[in-house]
Amino acid sequence: MEQLNVNLCGIELDNPVIPASGTFGYGYEFAELYDVNCLGTFSFKGTTKDARFGNPTPRIAECTAGMINAVGLQNPGVDRVISHELPKLKQCFHKPVMANVSGFSVEDYAYTCEKLDKEEQVGWLEVNVSCPNVHGGGMSFGTSPEAAAEVTRAVKAVTTKPVIIKLSPNVTDIVSIAKACEAAGADGISLINTMLGMRIDLNRRRPVIANTMGGFSGSAIFPVAVRMVYQVAHAVKIPVVGMGGVSSAEDVIEMMMAGATAVEVGAANLVNPYACRDIINDLPGVMEKYRINNLKEIIGGVQLWEKM
Amino acid sequence: MKQSIFTIVRNDALTDCVYKMILSGDTSAITAPGQFVNIALEGKFLRRPISVCDYDDTTLTIIYKVVGKGTAQMKAMEPGEKLDILTGLGNGYDLSVSGDKPVLLGGGVGVPPMYNLAKKLTAMGKKVTVILGFNTKSEIFYEDEFRALGCDVIVATADGSYGVKGFATTPLADLDYTYFYTCGPEPMLKAVYKATATSGQMSFEERMGCGFGACMGCSCKTLTGYKRICKDGPVMRKEEILWNS
Repeated sequence: MEQLNVNLCGIELDNPVIPASGTFGYGYEFAELYDVNCLGTFSFKGTTKDARFGNPTPRIAECTAGMINAVGLQNPGVDRVISHELPKLKQCFHKPVMANVSGFSVEDYAYTCEKLDKEEQVGWLEVNVSCPNVHGGGMSFGTSPEAAAEVTRAVKAVTTKPVIIKLSPNVTDIVSIAKACEAAGADGISLINTMLGMRIDLNRRRPVIANTMGGFSGSAIFPVAVRMVYQVAHAVKIPVVGMGGVSSAEDVIEMMMAGATAVEVGAANLVNPYACRDIINDLPGVMEKYRINNLKEIIGGVQLWEKM
Repeated sequence: MKQSIFTIVRNDALTDCVYKMILSGDTSAITAPGQFVNIALEGKFLRRPISVCDYDDTTLTIIYKVVGKGTAQMKAMEPGEKLDILTGLGNGYDLSVSGDKPVLLGGGVGVPPMYNLAKKLTAMGKKVTVILGFNTKSEIFYEDEFRALGCDVIVATADGSYGVKGFATTPLADLDYTYFYTCGPEPMLKAVYKATATSGQMSFEERMGCGFGACMGCSCKTLTGYKRICKDGPVMRKEEILWNS
């Protein structure tokens, strides 16, 4: 019998599969389709201090093997998430959930995290310092080691639950940022958020996205994600949650071999709403194929070629 | 919402660039005219959202315009080929408020969702007037199909090459109606909004990610809050619409 369970920052997951924030709402849309309790957990829609509409439309575009989004953190604000969304989430999902938080100042992050930390169902706080679609916040905190560390320290000071910092790939040296977060007290690192991208409509000679640029995701970015997960996982001691273009059980195993303790699945949920359920169902068969009995044993297990 | 595999029964040209595809499969998730389906295409990352033209227990009819690579791929498909489709998406039109003499206004590829709506309203015993707006005579489709339902049909062409010269809204001034339903490009919806004397419902379009409410890609602002066009729409009531400009 294959063992799929993993331990993420002290909390046991039945399996490592986690729908990524922004692709799974607050869970209940998907609960109409399948029992979402089959998931390891899920990361709910990025939540900010105040309600946000986000960016103007069009804010979605297709690319080869992927998509660009510039949603811009639409959410009803932390108070309404706690009063209206979490009660609905609780009815369909009975495991600890990952609360995804974004902000526009260090104080914003601390404020929102402190409130969500008190919610019984929240198991982890995933702090997004990497949203490419907002100005004066989001990614600007994740592109310098000092700023990422400052957010980490501020959040850790007001929370009790594991804090996972979600990093941006749009940086020169992601390892230095991950290390700064670890030194500032982060309990885990998740990566990668979307890659900043742009497309132009040749007929209209305009960007396809109203906000000019957006976050590129989907299977096209998987190799970049595996590389960054490998680099970060081998540089820090805290657990790493890998994501970026994951769409199959094989991808989950590849991410784990690169160093991920758990794996988030994003854009794939938008194409196939059953993607995460299917991946979980496929995992035992794929593990058998690659002679893996226990998923925990393959974390970071990639063996490098010997140097000639 | 349901994900299932449909088989193409027919795939025929209606005009130079508009095609009608009849598919067989499980339509049980479709509950109202005005809903849409989201079609997965080989080699394309996102699905293609297309409005439902007509449906019964085992068949689905869609009408689509070839505008890009995805719809060009659909056009080349043959009967017998299979498609992975999410059905039963969106809210659809509310028929209960139509009154006795509803008017339906369809513009271009906004015409198809009017068909099943007209069918249901006529079956309810309503006196249905349908106004079909096209740019020019060669783009017209489905006039006879609406007549066969027993509707009063008025065709308007922008260049006057067929029927009334003008837009779908042109014939409204002389018409006695209790309520309106419409689907078409946004400039037409704005014109309908201004020209109609009664309440009504309009179906909107936006670039979508998932089509079922998860990604927030197609949100819009309304007088009753933020709405996702795919999930809370695509049909909105006239009273809640907030135009961007």
